[in-house]
Amino acid sequence: MEFERDIIEVQTQIDKLLDLADRKGIDVTAEVKSLTAKLNELKAQTYKNLRPIEQVQVARHPKRPYTLDYIERVFTDWIELHGDRAFRDDEAIVGGWARLRGTSVMVIGHQKGRNMKDNLRRNFGMAHPEGYRKSLRLMKQAEKFGRPVITLLDTPGAYPGIGAEERGQAEAIARNLREMASLRTPLISLVIGEGGSGGALALGVTDRILMLEHSVYSVISPEGCAAILWRSAEHREKAATALRLTSKDLMELEICDEVIDEPLGGAHTDWDTTAERVGDALERHLHELSALSPEALLEGRWAKYAAIGVWYEV
Amino acid sequence: MAWFRKDKKPLKAQDRRDLPSDVFDKCPGCSEILYRERLAQNLNVCPACDHHLKIAAEAYLSILADSGTFEEIDAHLRAADPLGFEDLKAYPDRIAAAEAKGKTEAAISGTGKLDGIDIVLTVMDFAYIGGSMGSVVGEKIARAGRVALEREIPFLIVSASGGARMQEGMLSLMQMAKTSTVLARLHEASIPFISILTNPTTGGVTASHSMLGDVNIAEPDALIGFAGPRVIEETIKQELPQGFQRSQFLLEHGMVDCIVDRRELKKTVALVLRHQFAGWTE
Repeated sequence: MEFERDIIEVQTQIDKLLDLADRKGIDVTAEVKSLTAKLNELKAQTYKNLRPIEQVQVARHPKRPYTLDYIERVFTDWIELHGDRAFRDDEAIVGGWARLRGTSVMVIGHQKGRNMKDNLRRNFGMAHPEGYRKSLRLMKQAEKFGRPVITLLDTPGAYPGIGAEERGQAEAIARNLREMASLRTPLISLVIGEGGSGGALALGVTDRILMLEHSVYSVISPEGCAAILWRSAEHREKAATALRLTSKDLMELEICDEVIDEPLGGAHTDWDTTAERVGDALERHLHELSALSPEALLEGRWAKYAAIGVWYEV
Repeated sequence: MAWFRKDKKPLKAQDRRDLPSDVFDKCPGCSEILYRERLAQNLNVCPACDHHLKIAAEAYLSILADSGTFEEIDAHLRAADPLGFEDLKAYPDRIAAAEAKGKTEAAISGTGKLDGIDIVLTVMDFAYIGGSMGSVVGEKIARAGRVALEREIPFLIVSASGGARMQEGMLSLMQMAKTSTVLARLHEASIPFISILTNPTTGGVTASHSMLGDVNIAEPDALIGFAGPRVIEETIKQELPQGFQRSQFLLEHGMVDCIVDRRELKKTVALVLRHQFAGWTE
């Protein structure tokens, strides 16, 4: 990432100094201390002032933790459940039972691949209809056993392809929206990276909407928006700014309920600390929602979505 | 060499025999020249080949509602510009341009009777920023749905839309959740919801209320899909098969219940509603 250049440079200096100290036995504590201070200052400044398009780049950072990385760190007793019982198992979405600090929950999330081979399996986290149908099957299972559902959102969008259209991409997403609206169990969604349009929302009609600090959530990708409204994808920076897609924007638009701060320098620099904070936030929201009856949950959910929107009356 | 030569005049644009656009239309299906008044009487369906030409959103009010029964609701809602959105054109300018056409938003809602059955009806309007769903469209559908819920009468939506309205960003995406939530409540209350899909219905509108009908009815040869054909072509780098994402394709793949001629729409909806709701016997 372009904006990371200075940070990486200072980091390299520190590494070199430490290496030198190691080999020659020179005391570099003072230098390292001052450089580390400089590094932290630089990180804080850089990440506090990211432009929207840079936020998008951080949200898509290839070293950012993905759903299974959170499942490994935040949850225990994980068992993955596969398949939509109709067509196939879509590995762009993973789901299954897990325990959040003692409580059994259904965890479902988009799963990107870390390399090309993985991405062939995971389709870059872009689900087909069967992925959404698997998710719905698992959510219904959670409802059956009175367990909460936690969804982790991280997708460029629902896959646009022939097979996806043939098998009803629109219907699969629409059905999830409607079914989630009346699921009689607590639902929490957390955007961990890219919240890409309808493909993200298909796991996102929840009682609480949480976002990691550097995640984004958007009606369309900046590239797609630029291609349509500016007639060229090169204008993606302008589109990213216009769309108001950062976690801060979504708090201001009263869509996001809470932003979870990332460690200095972004989630990709410290997976464990990020996971710790995610676990704390999820536990807190789950505790609050668990106190509500299913009726109160539904009333609250309906009211939440009924209230979103800005218009005026004449 | 020819003993006479005729000067060949190249065709100039103004030499093309333009039809007076306010009197005639050419059918895109069979190229038949159609007298507009006659076409309008036929609900903009070509008498020669049954091709369904574009029709104004307002026309569906009289197509579906019994004469004199439609009463508009929520006409006072107007689009705001919550993001201060500006692309090549500022969003307020787009709104002003659409309003100059006499439109107030991309959806009209109201109550009325359909063959004597009380209904709530929302018609989406492609002529207003591509029928896109922003806060007002979402709110109008939600309010209409709540009227159906309170009065326990069927709800109909006629869709024509390019999807969520980009100029309202995430507020637009969340309208999908808003409309689907209201439909969930109708579903639980066993109140009929009929979705009528017209050309074109794509994106976030298809992926929310338009696909959620107890019965999904498509007009003939309408483009209906999630991703637009161009996006798919660019993604898969292949040409799309003939008829892809057209009504017949959706019927074959099980996504709509039936394809119904515009002239038969009201009769068909009435037939369905009487089975679902209006009474056990005739």
